[in-house]
Amino acid sequence: MTEQPIIEIRNAAKSYGALEVLKDISLTVNRGEIVAIIGPSGSGKSTFLRAINELDPLSGGEIFLEGEQVNKRLPPREYERHINRIRQEIGMVFQHFNLFPHLTVRGNVTLGPRLLKGLSQADVDKLAEEQLDHVGMLERIDYFPSQLSGGQKQRVAIARALAMKPKVMLFDEATSALDPELVEEVNAVMKRLAQEHMTMLIVTHEMGFAQDVCDRVLFMDQGVVVEEGPPDVIFRNPTNERTRNFLRKHLEGRS
Amino acid sequence: MGLDFSVLGGFWGLLLQGTLWTVAITVLAGVLSYIGGVLFAVVALYAPAVIRWPFRLFEALFMGTPLLLQLFLIYFGLIQIGIDLPAFVAGVIGLGLHFAVYNSELIQAAILAVDKGQTEAARTIGLSRWQALRHVVIPQAVRAVIPPIGNNMIALLKDSALVSVIGVAELTLSAQQAISRTFRPFEFYLAAAVLYYIVNLGMEAVQRRIERRIAASR
Ligand SMILES: Nc1ncnc2c1ncn2[C@@H]1O[C@H](COP(=O)(O)OP(=O)(O)O)[C@@H](O)[C@H]1O
Ligand SMILES: [Mg+2]
Repeated sequence: MTEQPIIEIRNAAKSYGALEVLKDISLTVNRGEIVAIIGPSGSGKSTFLRAINELDPLSGGEIFLEGEQVNKRLPPREYERHINRIRQEIGMVFQHFNLFPHLTVRGNVTLGPRLLKGLSQADVDKLAEEQLDHVGMLERIDYFPSQLSGGQKQRVAIARALAMKPKVMLFDEATSALDPELVEEVNAVMKRLAQEHMTMLIVTHEMGFAQDVCDRVLFMDQGVVVEEGPPDVIFRNPTNERTRNFLRKHLEGRS
Repeated sequence: MGLDFSVLGGFWGLLLQGTLWTVAITVLAGVLSYIGGVLFAVVALYAPAVIRWPFRLFEALFMGTPLLLQLFLIYFGLIQIGIDLPAFVAGVIGLGLHFAVYNSELIQAAILAVDKGQTEAARTIGLSRWQALRHVVIPQAVRAVIPPIGNNMIALLKDSALVSVIGVAELTLSAQQAISRTFRPFEFYLAAAVLYYIVNLGMEAVQRRIERRIAASR
């Protein structure tokens, strides 16, 4: 018996009016797999990631989470219940953190479990402490987001997502809003998750990180997956001309 | 007949009692207007159309007619349909609803101004639309409007003098009672003005404290 893939996407398509942002993308992610998505700005990476938990629903195609269709057509009330349950299984981390400024670090991490998991206050607090310890932010548990650096905010945002015990984590350029000296602390947390075999989809512009951490790399351009393969192949011997051009520019720009 | 402030002496108790009633009305109506403002804002933005449109009409009526008339309507008018409210309660309700409508405008704008990423982050965790609104968006909007709502509360304090006409023994009515016994309008109205101003300063101090308290959580 083969295991269900965690994420399976079939023929994803998305248009904004006449603009086709995603054109027939299919992707399977197995348990513990770490997939990087790279590509030029505007190529549809964020749209693709945000389609997986239906923040930006697809116009065509299907998404499955462990065999259950995510983008089911349902009557509004049923859909709301369905998607809220599905989203608990899919953690997401944003470029701009989106921490809740009116809540402390503890409040940010416990909000979801408190409202949705039916845990006691003590259990929720224990969960938050565990998750914050994991990302090295336990000492700041009673701080407000406004009192944290960007790197610290992003680590709290990761802990907030992990506290829901998701089956997969989606990262949308988690480090690109950070000052360069703060990138490494966030990367370290993501590497730790990788060692623990968290299933992850990572949109990134950090080629070094993608190469070190990911099992597979997708290169997207203009709404299609142009090339896909293990990092060694994509970064050392890309077959496609567009991939080569992108990597040449990107690697030059960085050194 | 010149000015003689010594006449105030025998009436300090009356004036202070009036001041306390003014503070009580302002605080109660203020709290009502704040909570009511949040509820009204949610209705105005999110209720189904059958509720939203009549509600908008109600709001327009409250904003477009004199507060004095509204107080008469609540105090004298409701008796006709069997609702006989004490003057103090009618005053709190009238002032509270009137300012709730103004606060609602501010809160609606603040709700719409909360960053979209906040709702997205909340929904991503699995919160429902209502939970995201209730636990993420509204608390931020409510903090954001504290400075402008403070201005409305100062206006509320000043307009609370209107409830003297339905017989609530607040500061203005107390001053009038003293005047009717001494025929010294200048001294007593001036004293009342000073007392209003002191309450005003107190409210501003409370406002600043609240703003400082929530500064980190914004
Ligand atoms: N809400 C929207 N309305 C219209 N066009 C959009 C919207 N969101 C994204 N787009 C367009 O979709 C394309 C892909 O955007 P995006 O997924 O953000 O790319 P990436 O994350 O790779 O930079 C861009 O051309 C962008 O302008
Ligand atoms: Mg993007």
